[in-house]
Amino acid sequence: MSCELTQHYVPGYLDGELDLVRTIEMETHFKSCPACARELESQQALHAALQRSSLAFAAPAGLRDRILSSLRTSSGVEVQERKIKWPSLNIWQWAGAFGVLALFSISGWQLTNHLRAPSSDQRIAAEVFSSHVRSLEGDHLMDVVSTDQHTVKPWFDGKLDFSPPVEDLASDGFPLVGGRLDYVEEREVAALIYQRRKHFINVFVWPNPTGTNSTQAIESRQGYNIMRWSRGGFQFWAVSDVAVSDLAEFVQLLETHISSESK
Amino acid sequence: MPDTARRERFEQAVLPHLDAAYSLARWLTRNDQDAQDVTQEACLRAFCFFDGYHGGNMRAWLLTIVRNTCYTWLHQNRHPDSTQIFNEEIHSLELSGGADPEIQVLASADKETLHRALEELPDVFREMLVLREIEEMSYKEIADVTSVSLGTVMSRLARARTRLRQSLSVGLGRGH
Repeated sequence: MSCELTQHYVPGYLDGELDLVRTIEMETHFKSCPACARELESQQALHAALQRSSLAFAAPAGLRDRILSSLRTSSGVEVQERKIKWPSLNIWQWAGAFGVLALFSISGWQLTNHLRAPSSDQRIAAEVFSSHVRSLEGDHLMDVVSTDQHTVKPWFDGKLDFSPPVEDLASDGFPLVGGRLDYVEEREVAALIYQRRKHFINVFVWPNPTGTNSTQAIESRQGYNIMRWSRGGFQFWAVSDVAVSDLAEFVQLLETHISSESK
Repeated sequence: MPDTARRERFEQAVLPHLDAAYSLARWLTRNDQDAQDVTQEACLRAFCFFDGYHGGNMRAWLLTIVRNTCYTWLHQNRHPDSTQIFNEEIHSLELSGGADPEIQVLASADKETLHRALEELPDVFREMLVLREIEEMSYKEIADVTSVSLGTVMSRLARARTRLRQSLSVGLGRGH
């Protein structure tokens, strides 16, 4: 594991957010690298300082009563017209995504692909799905906004430990509109954003350690279609609310472009 | 559901998280009176939304509302510091000077110094540290509350810590 990658993951390590394999890799690296070990020690010192200072505030004595009495005097309808105007109901989108994720875990997935264990696919599907939904919510659909693959591809250099294949499919009705760093299975992945009329397609790309190619598999959930496949040492997950036929066409085009590029 | 029963159910579910709600509001508004007003407003707002809450993580649900209420309030009452867009640089952990003196500084930092340094961070970083270090939320919960991706939580948290460390080191360096 490189120093750059180790330092990048120090916060995740400290917060107990890494998986076991990466945690062991980190610990091995710390033993052999004083610089990274010092970085860890500094971050631990900061964490310890914040913990011992008990920086949480307790609600003042009267606030609870104030809230209770305002609940008793306000009806729900009045509250909506109170002094604060709401820019958007993000909470509903959040609650919706949460509910959908809960459904995912209850219903499970009937997968035919044998590349990975079903539980892993199920987890990835839930992650890419929630990333897709979240990316459309706020202002974080794109980190780099460009329809030019020669701008988007170099943008990932130095931000990822791999170089994702980037193709523009504008001539086929699926223009590339930008890219974003995202996070799937506790690793940084490339997210490429394509547009089909008013709809967006998020394509998540990261290296496929087994290197085997797999056929495409498609799954529909809550009006969204998720398609996944492996090719040329990468795995791809495409998520969108476009029609299944459109998504399948898009994936076919993307495959064709990528394989002709690599020849 | 009759109004009284609904209200009682709400009070039982939400009021145990009142301290967390106020604490987040207090860190985001940096002012006691504003934090109280925002918390009250957020609770009333939560009461309106309560029928749409079907179980799950109540604290995260409530803090999402508190955070939104805070930013609406900040947007109306302050210059747009809270809406700054940051370029997410992943590898930005370089700090000037040797690390060992820095560890000394961090180990001896008192509550007041930390409080001030945290309060001076931009909102976007402060909220990450408050949710992680004070509310002890997981990255997933923070991502849900702040409506950003897990990758963004991770990179913002890293930058928030770097900035806090820088500010603490500078602060103490001046005193010597």
